[in-house]
Order: sequence, then C-alpha cells, then structure tokens
Amino acid sequence: MKSIRHLLNPLDLSVEETDALLDLASDIEHNLPKYAHVCDGKKLATCFYEPSTRTRLSFESAMLNLGGSVLGFSSADSSSAAKGESVADTIRVISCYADICAMRHPKEGAPRVAAEFSSIPVINAGDGGHQHPTQTLTDLLTIRSLKGRLDNLTIGFCGDLKFGRTVHSLIHAMVRYPNIRFVLISPPELKIPEYLRDDVLRANHIEFKEVGNLDEALPELDILYMTRVQRERFFNEEDYIRLKDCYILDCKKMKLAKPDMFILHPLPRVNEISVEVDEDPRAAYFKQAQYGVYVRMALIMMLLEVEKPC
Amino acid sequence: MLNISGLKEGIVLDHIEAGRSLDIYYHLGLDKLECQVAIIKNARSNKMGRKDIIKIEGGLNTIDLKVLGYIDHNITVNIIRDNKIIEKKRLELPERITNVIHCKNPRCITSIEQGLPHIFYLSDRDTETYRCLYCDEQYGKTQK
Repeated sequence: MKSIRHLLNPLDLSVEETDALLDLASDIEHNLPKYAHVCDGKKLATCFYEPSTRTRLSFESAMLNLGGSVLGFSSADSSSAAKGESVADTIRVISCYADICAMRHPKEGAPRVAAEFSSIPVINAGDGGHQHPTQTLTDLLTIRSLKGRLDNLTIGFCGDLKFGRTVHSLIHAMVRYPNIRFVLISPPELKIPEYLRDDVLRANHIEFKEVGNLDEALPELDILYMTRVQRERFFNEEDYIRLKDCYILDCKKMKLAKPDMFILHPLPRVNEISVEVDEDPRAAYFKQAQYGVYVRMALIMMLLEVEKPC
Repeated sequence: MLNISGLKEGIVLDHIEAGRSLDIYYHLGLDKLECQVAIIKNARSNKMGRKDIIKIEGGLNTIDLKVLGYIDHNITVNIIRDNKIIEKKRLELPERITNVIHCKNPRCITSIEQGLPHIFYLSDRDTETYRCLYCDEQYGKTQK
C-alpha cells in the first residue's frame, strides 16, 4: 500500500524538501494563473475544532486558487466532536469525503492522532500551543523572499514565547540553516519551554540569548517576529491581563531598528504592534499573510503529488 | 538471615534499587500472575549496600523487558533453569514505551480521548528523557 505523506511538524520536511516547496511557492507567486486548474476535482476538508479566521481562509483560498473545492467545519460545536466523537473516527469519515485535510485542534497532538487513522494526507493547521507547521512555511517563505536568504540572520522573537506555537515551529525550522542567532524577548513567565532551549537550541549549538527588554534587542535584529499574548492559552485570567500588553512596538521603537529589518507577525494582532507601524515599509505582516496562501498552495500540490504545470 | 527457597525455573530480577521492588511488581503486572513471586527488600549487597530482588516462577514471557528497561536498565535479569543461571539478559532503555507512564499535560489530546494509548519516545538517551508522542511533554526518569 502506498504510504501517505502528512505534515504534522515543520521537521517532517527535510531542508531540501522545504527549499523545493519554497521554490514552488515563489513560482506560484509570480505565475498564479498557471496553477488555476492543477487541483480540478480535488477536495480539501478544513476541520477546525477552534476558531481561526485567517488560517482556515488561507487554506480555502489556496485550494480554490488551485481549482479545487473545500468543505469542513469551523468550530467543535458544529462538528460531531460536540457529540463526543473521537478524532480517529472523525478523520476516518472525512477520508471518505475529501482528498486532503487541514486540521486545527485546541489539544496538542490531535492532528498526529488523525494522521494515524487517516487514508488521506493530514496537515496540522495548529494544535494547541504545540506546532503550526504551515505558519512556519509561511514565515520561511516571507523571510526568504524579503531577505533573499534563510542563513546568516539574527532573528528576534518577542512576546509570548511559552505558548506561541508559531515561535516554537519557526525555531525548529531555522536551526537547520547555517549561522542563525536568536534573541528571545519575553517576560520571565512567557519564556520558551525548556525542551526547546535544551533539545533544540543547546543541542544544536545555536547562539541565543533571552532578554526582557525589546528596545535593547532591536538594533541587532534582521527579523523581528512579534507575537500576541493569547488569552485562550491561559488557565488564569489574572495572568493574562497582567502580561497581555508587556510589549508594544511603535514608531518610536522602530527608530532603533536597522533600516532593512522586517517585522513579521502571525496575526491576528491586538495591541502588540501599534497601527502607526503599518505604514513603515519594514512592516511585512500583511505581505506575510499573502505568502501564506502561496505556500499552502505549494503544500497541497506536494502532498497530493500534483505535477507542476509547464 | 532470611531464607527464600531456590527457584527451579524462572527469573530473578537482581540489583533493584532498594525500595523500588513494589513499584516494579505493579508496573510489570506481577500482581496479576498466578505463579509464585517473592519480593526481597533491603537485601545486603556489596555493590549497592542495599538492594531489592524479585524472584518469579515461570518463563521469560511473564515479564515485559521493555517496561523493565524503562524503569531501570541497570537491573540484572537472570534466567534460571534447573536451579542454575543459564542466561543474564541485558536491559536497554526502550525507544518507545506504551501505557507505562501517562501524559499529565492538560493540553494533550490524551487528556480528553481516554481510548488513546499513552506513547512516549526516548528523546535523549544520555539524560534518559522521554517525551509524549503527541504533545512532546517531557518525562525525566525522576518523574516516573
């Protein structure tokens, strides 16, 4: 039986496969009409057990751009999960209806469970605070497109580095490229998890520092990756309120940054980037959302083994 | 000196860290066996000072060596036949263990789907660290 390829973790793709995927995404960006029918007749199921506007719509937009169609649900309440159905049973049923599935779930590891029982490719579209590989691919494409490289970079992550799965996934992916430095900017309560610090950064001899002050970190960064402090990741509302506005990037702070530093953000933003920064040419977060569509198009093509058109 | 009768055919788990034999007894499911099992606590040991020993009547298939390897790969497993040690099994840390430890991460999918097996993989042999296959939650050997 032919093995099915899933994407559960950014490291499921080798560096070579990642680079090939980003090449395809770049080609899609510059030749969009060429790809308009490569997935004609194919269906994408978007199984979203928790609210997400942009990731879900980005997947749907990607499949529609490829000529395919989409079906799915956008909250656990509107699926059989509300009746107590297991992830394993749900994916076995969805496998009968669609050719590929993008799954978001508040519980960590749910897409891995789905992949174990699925007969179609499963894409992890975010599982709790754990992994968000398509956001990582989006971030990689954005960085490579804007900076022209994925090596020799100093990348600052700012905000919620504890529960921010986009941060975890991007760190996993970036350590595979040469000469990457990280500046990890967060309050003590929201530092990166121990396993990332020990098993990923220290184990790979990656240069990094953990700081609390954004102003001091800004001048040395090539990329600043801002994150939102997510209310839904806290069990305690008081902790959320205390920490939610710990970093706010504004035009005054941007004066400290290099002229060719770019700001990324997985969106949605709340207060962490002042709207006045949107006019700064270094603000790349809306462009990043567009890259997200191209990279998801490339990923769907890769997992469905659709040939690149001439 | 306490005398425990010899074992004609079975397994002797030797060099168990003193005080851990009951843990191992339950982890290996020895309480569910019909055969004779002897637990010796705080036996004198030149190597360890004090140690525990478990003697189990019956064949090697009565115990899961993977589970034992996870609990303590320094335990000696002696296979006894006709009152003689015929083989010493070497234990290793298993690459993967199922339903031996349970994930305590409240955000893990195993916390809401009771039917899922709790699978842990060995992520660092040097530090004997295991992680949940689903959420990567870490379990050091001190947490078992």
